[in-house]
Amino acid sequence: MRSLSNNLATIERAQRLRQQKITQELMDKDTTVMFEDPLENDMVLNMGPQHPATHGVLRILLRLDGETIEKCVPELGYLHRGYEKIAENMTYHEYIPHTDRLDYMSPMSNNTAIALAIENAIGIEAPPRAQWIRTLVCEVARISSHLMAMGATSMDVGALTLFLWTFRERENIYDIFELICGARFTTSYTRIGGVANDINDDTLKMLRKWLNHFAVELRRFEALVNRNRIFVERLAGVGYMPPEKAIALGLTGPCLRGSGIARDLRRDEPYLLYNELDFDVITNNDCDVWGRYLVRVTEMKESMKILHQLLDKPKTGDFMLDDAKNVLPGKSQIYTKMEELISDFMLVNFGAMPPKGETYTAIESPKGELGFFIVSDGTGHPWKLKIRSPSSSNLQALKFMAEGSMISDIVAIIGSIDPVMGEADK
Amino acid sequence: MEQWLVQSLVLGLKMFLIVNGLLIAAAYLVYFERKISAWIQNRIGPNRVGPLGLFQSFADVFKLYLKEDIIPTLANKGFHAIAPVISIGIAIAVYAVIPFGEYFYLGGEKVYLSIAPHINVGLLFILGMSSVGVYGLTLAGWSSNNKYSLLGGLRSSAQMISYELSMGLSLIGVLMISGSLDLMQIVQSQTGGQWNIFFQPLGFIIFLVSAFAETNRTPFDLPEAEPELVGGYHTEYSGMKFGLFFLAEYVNMVTACAMMVLLFFGGWDVPFLYETLGLEQGSVLRALVQFGVVVGKMIPFLFLFIQTRWSLPRFRYDQLMSLGWKVMLPLALANIAVTGIIMMIFQ
Amino acid sequence: MSTTVILFSILAIAAIATGVSVIINKNPVASAMSLILHFFALAGLYLTLNAQFLAAIQILVYAGAIMVLVVFVVMLLNLGKESALTERFNPRTGIAVSMGVLLIAQLAIAFFGQPTGYNQLSDKAALNGTAESIGTVLFTEYLFPFEAISLLLLVAIVGSILLAKKQQKESV
Repeated sequence: MRSLSNNLATIERAQRLRQQKITQELMDKDTTVMFEDPLENDMVLNMGPQHPATHGVLRILLRLDGETIEKCVPELGYLHRGYEKIAENMTYHEYIPHTDRLDYMSPMSNNTAIALAIENAIGIEAPPRAQWIRTLVCEVARISSHLMAMGATSMDVGALTLFLWTFRERENIYDIFELICGARFTTSYTRIGGVANDINDDTLKMLRKWLNHFAVELRRFEALVNRNRIFVERLAGVGYMPPEKAIALGLTGPCLRGSGIARDLRRDEPYLLYNELDFDVITNNDCDVWGRYLVRVTEMKESMKILHQLLDKPKTGDFMLDDAKNVLPGKSQIYTKMEELISDFMLVNFGAMPPKGETYTAIESPKGELGFFIVSDGTGHPWKLKIRSPSSSNLQALKFMAEGSMISDIVAIIGSIDPVMGEADK
Repeated sequence: MEQWLVQSLVLGLKMFLIVNGLLIAAAYLVYFERKISAWIQNRIGPNRVGPLGLFQSFADVFKLYLKEDIIPTLANKGFHAIAPVISIGIAIAVYAVIPFGEYFYLGGEKVYLSIAPHINVGLLFILGMSSVGVYGLTLAGWSSNNKYSLLGGLRSSAQMISYELSMGLSLIGVLMISGSLDLMQIVQSQTGGQWNIFFQPLGFIIFLVSAFAETNRTPFDLPEAEPELVGGYHTEYSGMKFGLFFLAEYVNMVTACAMMVLLFFGGWDVPFLYETLGLEQGSVLRALVQFGVVVGKMIPFLFLFIQTRWSLPRFRYDQLMSLGWKVMLPLALANIAVTGIIMMIFQ
Repeated sequence: MSTTVILFSILAIAAIATGVSVIINKNPVASAMSLILHFFALAGLYLTLNAQFLAAIQILVYAGAIMVLVVFVVMLLNLGKESALTERFNPRTGIAVSMGVLLIAQLAIAFFGQPTGYNQLSDKAALNGTAESIGTVLFTEYLFPFEAISLLLLVAIVGSILLAKKQQKESV
C-alpha cells in the first residue's frame, strides 16, 4: 500500500515537472512567478490530443496573438505503446506483426524494413522472387501513404472532396493487399528470409489494371486542386523549412526533398531491387508546404513508373529462403516431414538467432528513413531494438515551421509533415 | 372590423406559410446538399429513410430533438441559449420584406405575395438584418467559454464587417438603375427582360462573393473551419441548438439566392411568359406562376452554393481580409462610379 | 390611448431599461448586447416618427457594424478580470457626473417648460422620412456639410491606419 502511494507521488511529481517544462517553453519565461495583466493579448490554445487536424493524438500547445502563432510546443507520446521494449521480450518472428502498427498507412514497407533488418542481423538474404515482391509492395504502400498525405493536406485546407477521392483509390489498394496477403490493413506479410506467400498472376494483372486506372485518376486529382488558386495560396509560402535547418533537424523523406535536398535511400544506399530500377529522386526547392505536396504527388508518379518496370520484368523462383535454422518452413512440410517439424518447433520456441553484434538497417519508407537498430546478444530475442521512425524525426520540424504563421496554417503544416502518430510515438 | 380581421388572418397565414416553408426548404436543402456532395465524392448519400432517403432530414431533426442538450459548466448560460435563437430568428425575419410575386385578389381582397409589401427601405432592412445576424455566431462563440468557439466568433464578426460593406456597395448600382429601395419596385423596374445582371455584371459578381461570405459557406466558412477550429462557434452546441444554427445557415443561403434572383435576375419576370399564358394581372394562377418562377430561378444558385462548397478549399483569415478589403471593396466602388458615369451620359 | 402612444411607451421604456443595463452590467459583452437592444428600441422610435430610412440606417450602421466592432474588440481583449478594470474616483468622473446632471436639468426644463401633450405628426412627415427626401436634401441643401463630414471621416480613417501601422512596426 505504501509503495503504491509512493509510486503515485512520483508519477504526480514527474507530471508536474513535465507540465512546468511545457509551460516554460510555451511562455518563454519562468512561469512560477505570474504577473496579472488584464490586457494580455496572448491566448494559449491547446490543440489536441483529440483534434481533427492533428492526425491522431498529437498535442500541440500554441501561444497566439490573435490568429498568429507566437510559440508552438508539440507534445508527443500519447500513443506510446512501448514497441521498442516489447521487442525485447519476443522472438524476431513474433515482432513482425507489431510493425504493422507503426506507420499504419503503409504497413507493407514497415514489414519489409523489419524483415530486412533481421536478415541483415542474421546475415542472410531473401531470394530474388521475395525481393521482387517486397519492392513491389513497398511501392504500392508508398502510393497508398502519399495518397493519404495528399488527401489529408487538402482536407486540412478545406477541400474535403479530394480526401474522399484519394480514399477511394486507397480502397482499391487495400483490395490488392487483401489478394496478396489476406489482410487489408495490418498485413504482416514478410517473413524472415522471404514473404508469407507468393503473388499469383491474377493479382498482378489486377495491379496492372489498377495502375492504368490510377494514372487517369491522379490526373483528375491534380486537375481539381493543383491549379486552384485558393489551394495554392493556402500552401505556398507556408511552413518554410530552409535546407540547412532541415538537415540539422534530421528530416528525411518528402520533408527533406521538399527542401531541395536530393536524398533518397533507394538511390543512395540501394536495397532490394532498387539499383536495377530506373527512377528519379524528386526534389522541390520551394521549401514550403506546397513544395512538399508537389514532391509527394510526383513521387506517386515515380512509384507508378517503378511498378510498371517491376511488372514488366518479374523475377521467378522461390519466395522463401531455404535455410532451416532461420526461415520458417511451409505448413505442408511441417505436417508431412519430421525435419521441418523440429526446425519449426525450434524456431517458434527459441526464434531465429542472429550472431552477437549490432546492426542498423534502414529503408526509404513513404515518410522517410525508417531504420531498425538491432543489438543482439546471440539469443532469439533482441537485446535492444531501436526504431528510427521518420514521423518522430520529421515532427521535430513542426515547431520551427509553425512559429510566425497562422492557426489555419498549422493544419496545413501538420498535413505536409504527414506524421503517423503510431510511428512517431512508437 | 371585418376588414381588419380578414387582413390579420391573411397576414397570419402568410407568416405561417413562410416560416414553415422555409424550414422545409432548409430540410430539403440539407438533403440535396448531402446528395450532391455524395455524387461529387463518388458516394451514394442518404438512401435509407423513405424513398431515395427523402425523409432523411426529418429523421435528422428528430434525432437532434432527442439528443441531450449539453451546456458547458463555465458557459454563460443565458447567451449560450439565446445565440441560436438570434441566428434563426433574424434569418427568418428577413422574409418580412422579400416578395415572391406580385398580388392576387381573393374575394375582393388584394393579397400580396410578401408579408410587408412596399416597404420603401426594404433592401436596407434586409442588409441591416443580415448584418445583425452575426451576433448569433459571435455570441455563440463567446458564451461557450471555449477558445475554439471564441476564435470562430471573432472570425465571423470580422468576416461579416468586411464583406457587408462590399455587399451593400455592390447593390448601389442596382439601386441607381431602379431608383428605389423597395424590392417590389426593383423587380418591376426589370420587367421585360431588362434584368440588372445585363447592366451590373460586376455588381452581381461582387454580390455573389459577398453572399458566400455572409452565409459562411465554403470557401468562406472560416468561423466553423473544422480542421483547425474543430467546429468553430458551434463547437459546444449539441441537440436542437446546433440544429438551429444549421437551419439558419440554410435559410440564409435561401435568402441570398432570393436576393440574387430579385435584384439581378428580374424576380418573377420572364419575357412574354405571362402574355403567352394569358394570365391577367391579379389572378391567383398568375401569382402562383410568379412564385414558381422565383423559386425556379433560385434553384441554380442554390446548386451553385452547394457545388462550390464541395469543390473549393477554404481561405485563410488574412487572405479573406485582403480579398474583402483590397479587391472587393475597390471593385464595388469602381462599379458605382462607372455606373454613375454611364447613367449621366445616357440621361 | 392610440396605438402610437402605446408603441411609444413600450419602446421608450425598453430604451431606458436597456440604456441603464448598459451602465450597470459588469460583463462587457452583456453591456454591448444591451446597447444593441437599445439601438433597436431607438430604431423603433424612429419608425413611430415615420423616419424609416433613419431607422434602417440605425440598425445597419450602429447595431450591424459599429457594435460588431465593439464586441469584436471586447472579445479579443478578453476582459475577463473585472477587478483590474474597476476605476477609482478621479476628476474625470467628477466632470462626467456634473455634465450628466446638467444635461438632465436641461432636458427637464425643455420637457416641463413646453406645453405638454402629444403632437400629431403632420402628413408631410411621412414623406420626409423616405430615402428619396433625405437624399435630395443631403445632396442639395446640405451638400457642403456632407462633403466636409466625409472629409473628416477620411482623415480619421487615414489617422487610425497610421496609428495601427506604427504600432505594428514597433512590435516587430
